[in-house]
Amino acid sequence: MVKINGEPLDMAGKTLAEYLASTKYDPMRIAVECNGEIVPKAKYGETVLQEGDVIEVVNFVGGG
Amino acid sequence: MQKEDKLIIGGHEFNSRFILGSGKYSLKLIEAAVKDAGAEIITLAVRRANTKEQENILDYIPKNVTLLPNTSGARNAEEAVRIARLARELGCGDFVKVEIMRDSKYLLPDNYETIKATEILAKEGFVVMPYMYPDLNVARDLVNAGAATIMPLASPIGSNKGLATREFIQILVDEIDLPVIVDAGIGRPSQACEAMEMGAAAIMANTALATAGDLPLMAAAFRQAIEAGRKAYLSGLGRVLTRGASASDPLTGFLHD
Repeated sequence: MVKINGEPLDMAGKTLAEYLASTKYDPMRIAVECNGEIVPKAKYGETVLQEGDVIEVVNFVGGG
Repeated sequence: MQKEDKLIIGGHEFNSRFILGSGKYSLKLIEAAVKDAGAEIITLAVRRANTKEQENILDYIPKNVTLLPNTSGARNAEEAVRIARLARELGCGDFVKVEIMRDSKYLLPDNYETIKATEILAKEGFVVMPYMYPDLNVARDLVNAGAATIMPLASPIGSNKGLATREFIQILVDEIDLPVIVDAGIGRPSQACEAMEMGAAAIMANTALATAGDLPLMAAAFRQAIEAGRKAYLSGLGRVLTRGASASDPLTGFLHD
């Protein structure tokens, strides 16, 4: 299992790019952190999700 | 004639002294709010992306506006640094408003952690704008840590209570060479104007607009109040008499001479 935004998902073995393609995220409007480290956009294709990884996918929202 | 009066933050020049928040109101109102506020800087938050959400706030913000992501949600310096780096990875510049809170009741900033985060982020090339409780020693530490401005609170976030910390903000204005941007708690245009008369460099407001009856109209009211306060500050306020009165009309040349 890979924990993505707090939710355990069966994504181990897939690349980050593959996971993102399976969602409605706009890759230009998100940033991704894997185990506390930022994954640069250029590395989405080569980043293979490992069992136990903790992924955060964030974007901008309204705030003060 | 007044010379050009620019707000300079981290080497970037701005004409507007009104920093607009984007929280707690419809994305559809953002464009009108920016326009009527005359704002050139807008704050944003970073949150987990929602897989179902199609709308993105960036589509609603005019392109010439500088984005100021905040680190809200951070409870310590480490989390603030993570959020700031994620914000920069979102590809919208180097500005960051450091906002660190351990306390969810009053939402008061943790000055100590804020200094730590400011130091780390300034070294990484961020234009750091720390939200802080107005304390002179902390403000000096923030200057030394590399802050581009300081952002003292007027009263608790979202309270619309105005300049509860007035005397302490005045000390910061008098003693700190960086722009002092009054953030949080400003509820009315008159309070924004007063802070500007005191020498604040700019005002940040969100809730005052988001909870107003007519948001764009209130944005315009704040804009005018901030501009009025700035002009009053640049002019220098008239003096206050300790006692008595001082006629504005000539005292001679009338009936009973």
